[in-house]
Amino acid sequence: MSALLLLYFEFLKIGLFAVGGGLATLPFLYDLESKYTWLTAAMIGDMVAISESTPGPMGVNMATYVGFQNSGVIGSVIATLGLITPSIIIIIIIANILVKFKESKIVKNVFYTLRPAATGLIASAGLSVIMLAIFKTNITAFTFSKFDFKCLLLFIFMIIFTWKTKFHPIVAIAISGAIGILFSF
Amino acid sequence: MKVLLELFITFAKMGVVTFGGGYAMLPILQRTVVDDKKWATEEEILDYYAIGQCTPGIIAVNTATFIGYKQKGILGGISATLGVIFPSIIIIGIISAFLKNFSDLAVVQHAFAGIRVCVGVLILNAVIKLWKGAVKGKVTAAIMFFVLIISAFTDISSVLIVIAAGIFGLFFAGKIQNKGAEKK
Repeated sequence: MSALLLLYFEFLKIGLFAVGGGLATLPFLYDLESKYTWLTAAMIGDMVAISESTPGPMGVNMATYVGFQNSGVIGSVIATLGLITPSIIIIIIIANILVKFKESKIVKNVFYTLRPAATGLIASAGLSVIMLAIFKTNITAFTFSKFDFKCLLLFIFMIIFTWKTKFHPIVAIAISGAIGILFSF
Repeated sequence: MKVLLELFITFAKMGVVTFGGGYAMLPILQRTVVDDKKWATEEEILDYYAIGQCTPGIIAVNTATFIGYKQKGILGGISATLGVIFPSIIIIGIISAFLKNFSDLAVVQHAFAGIRVCVGVLILNAVIKLWKGAVKGKVTAAIMFFVLIISAFTDISSVLIVIAAGIFGLFFAGKIQNKGAEKK
């Protein structure tokens, strides 16, 4: 029992301090690794690979994986609940405030510039996903050496496919996965 | 009760089809929450992302809590959030128990090389949709491109970028709109 309680609080801490998405939890997981024997650096490496190659938000996948290594299915539930507890409380408080002050000039002004900024951040995330998928490289260390022509063709095909049809995004994802397997991407 | 169940199931479905973190979930959210269910507008989703970016926790979870709370209060927020994490627990549980070398399998690697390309395209499409709600003229367009460049080419944290953009709006948004500097 106390092991599960410890697991819950360790992930509660991560949920409280990891700001900005799944990868932000990584440094905290390395802290856990140096504190406890049930988590190793190799496991963290595996975990990143598995989180990236399964559906679901990465941060949640990581918590589930680490919790499972600690104490099976119940461990994954406890770790994930620990991770999301602070989010739920903080977001409900903010949502509550937002609903009350939705019409206030101050809130409107802040969001007026926040929206284009958030769009810029999302565009940047999209750009790095595309760079990694087609050129297998980061934007800041750009190189043509690993350029993947098959991926570029799929990229162009998917742009046309998603613009010309009204299918749910999952259809495009499923087709891309199938093409990846068929043509050994 | 019916609404809570609907929130749970809808977000569980989105959890299944999200590959790779909060941003990858955005195109799915736009289709399901904005177009189909009409639970939020494009602008609201963008606001949630901006807030999710600078509050603790995972963006996908924060967004789920926001939308659930808006529909059905605190219980709604909890239902949507539990929904979005539910598939992860099942899938990762199965993989951890039975497929230790899942991510090394050739077929998985090929599939994900294809899926990553698609996720890139979907995020690009999401940005084009968001553009219409967020960019009202020259100044907001400049903010968008400035943030894109800063975020892509420097290590400046997105938390700082969001806070700076908010403070800028607090002091200057009124002036920008009044002076008509936002003419297209």
